[in-house]
Amino acid sequence: MVLQGQEVRLADTITVNGTAYPIPDDPRVSLLDFLRQHIGLTGTKKGCDHGQCGACTVLVNGVRINSCLTLATMHDGDDVTTIEGLGTPEEPSALQRAFVEHDGYQCGYCTPGQICSATAMLEEIAAGWPSDASETLNGKVRLSSEEIRERMSGNLCRCGAYANIVAAIEDVAAGDRS
Amino acid sequence: MRPFQYTRAPSLAEASNLTAGENTLAIAGGTNLLDLMKLQVETPGQLADINRLGYADIEDTDDGGLRLGALATNTETAVHPRVRSDYPVLSRAILAGATQQLRNKATNGGNLCQRTRCFYFTNIDQPCNKREPGSGCGAIDGIAKLHAILGTSDQCIATYPGDMAVALSALGATVEISGDKGERSVPVRDFHCLPGDTPWIENILERGEIITGIVLPAPVGGTQIYRKVRERSSYAFALVSVAAIIELTDGKFSRADLAFGGLAHKPWHDPRVGECLLGQVPSDALFDKAADILLEDARGFGENDFKIPLTRRTLHAVLSQATEDAA
Ligand SMILES: Cc1cc2nc3c(=O)[nH]c(=O)nc-3n(C[C@H](O)[C@H](O)[C@H](O)COP(=O)(O)OP(=O)(O)OC[C@H]3O[C@@H](n4cnc5c(N)ncnc54)[C@H](O)[C@@H]3O)c2cc1C
Ligand code: SF4
Ligand code: FES
Ligand code: FES
Repeated sequence: MVLQGQEVRLADTITVNGTAYPIPDDPRVSLLDFLRQHIGLTGTKKGCDHGQCGACTVLVNGVRINSCLTLATMHDGDDVTTIEGLGTPEEPSALQRAFVEHDGYQCGYCTPGQICSATAMLEEIAAGWPSDASETLNGKVRLSSEEIRERMSGNLCRCGAYANIVAAIEDVAAGDRS
Repeated sequence: MRPFQYTRAPSLAEASNLTAGENTLAIAGGTNLLDLMKLQVETPGQLADINRLGYADIEDTDDGGLRLGALATNTETAVHPRVRSDYPVLSRAILAGATQQLRNKATNGGNLCQRTRCFYFTNIDQPCNKREPGSGCGAIDGIAKLHAILGTSDQCIATYPGDMAVALSALGATVEISGDKGERSVPVRDFHCLPGDTPWIENILERGEIITGIVLPAPVGGTQIYRKVRERSSYAFALVSVAAIIELTDGKFSRADLAFGGLAHKPWHDPRVGECLLGQVPSDALFDKAADILLEDARGFGENDFKIPLTRRTLHAVLSQATEDAA
């Protein structure tokens, strides 16, 4: 007997920024299209739709992923955080504020993905995860600009605002340390 | 994307049953499969979601090795304390691949089964014997920069694009597989196939077989290096990569386990290359000899001719570095 997906679901909903939403019927809907078109959270952007740009980066249960390469229907019971959930214009997160202060963008299209990505990256560094740029796999991560660039390489910026993006992240990371 | 039915497999047995059918594929992280479904390179009528079956743990084996669950993510594997300290070549290989976002979703089983990045394969308007048997190979006289120089056939010259499996090949890891006919274990070195006359067959998995884990043998120590040469320093597939586990005793090679990525339809492991180093004192002449053996049958296809000297130099660099580190 073939059990349908529904029968082994953890929940009938996906939680996004604290609100539960029903899972779409069409299994083809990517998490990205679900966020933008089904529940109207257009902060998350579609750049390539193929995992090649990072504009669609969101946090799922605190982990950053490309929302274009996963199906909404696979996320029953999961907790998703998008750029809208990180802060508001009145109360921006530290990274949101730092991107504004440092001009960490030009057109702004890649920015939501950059900020979601950087938010998770600081957690990964706090957890001591190494990267390809780390000299050793086991030591404490030294937050150089090389480390930030490697860890943020999944987020492309066609405007080339990279220098200011790195400065914004360094600023927040320095604040975290003090 | 073509319409498909989505089914969450409630058990491993059911996952096997489902994927034994003609038109059903397992989906794990989805980072390769969904990409290809959007391009209509893959057009399954049904997806069997295997994500909540378990098989996501990383645990010690009785003989001191480590079992990596097929559904553990690449990130969980690369940052695992034992992988970092006992199998650093594996951490390094995973960290050199894709991006943090992709590695967070990509699973170990899916990574082994990822398909080639050949431009003709991913473009349904182009001829490709792998995607459409008998349609011809666009790459042989076309865009072939990423393509193979070893083990090619006149049907297909694609490469296996992954990094993780190259390290697993050097480490001598084993793939654990479960299917309707029971369970079996296959060395990673025998898991992927050469294209031959059947380029659409990329690995030894039969219909209905699911990878449940990857077993690493007890740690061997040594100097472990993963060197990946690519067109930009991050977020790019390997042109050439070398996974090396090297040990020197009294100034002579006492261990030299080597595997290569970017050269063939599978992680390339030629036991003669390591053997020619054993018992010898490191020297440029010796490294050249190892490269001669490795590249004896190498053949370029125009755009990828550069891979032959690049492989020689990368092997040279890795062996020099390992010799220095070990000294
Ligand atoms: C932009 C981009 C860059 C990348 N760069 C790199 C790189 O530099 N190096 C690198 O190594 N990889 C790279 N990748 C590939 C990435 O590592 C793979 O997409 C990923 O590892 C696949 O794992 P998954 O779990 O998402 O597989 P899925 O997409 O879920 O599945 C892939 C295939 O494996 C099958 N499958 C999955 N799990 C099992 C199982 N347990 N048993 C049997 N069959 C199974 C599926 O049926 C499917 O055919 C890149 C990907 C992208 C999109
Ligand atoms: S190299 Fe292989 S995958 Fe690429 S076009 Fe030729 S047959 Fe297809
Ligand atoms: S839209 Fe997802 S990575 Fe580009
Ligand atoms: S600010 Fe325009 S793409 Fe990054």
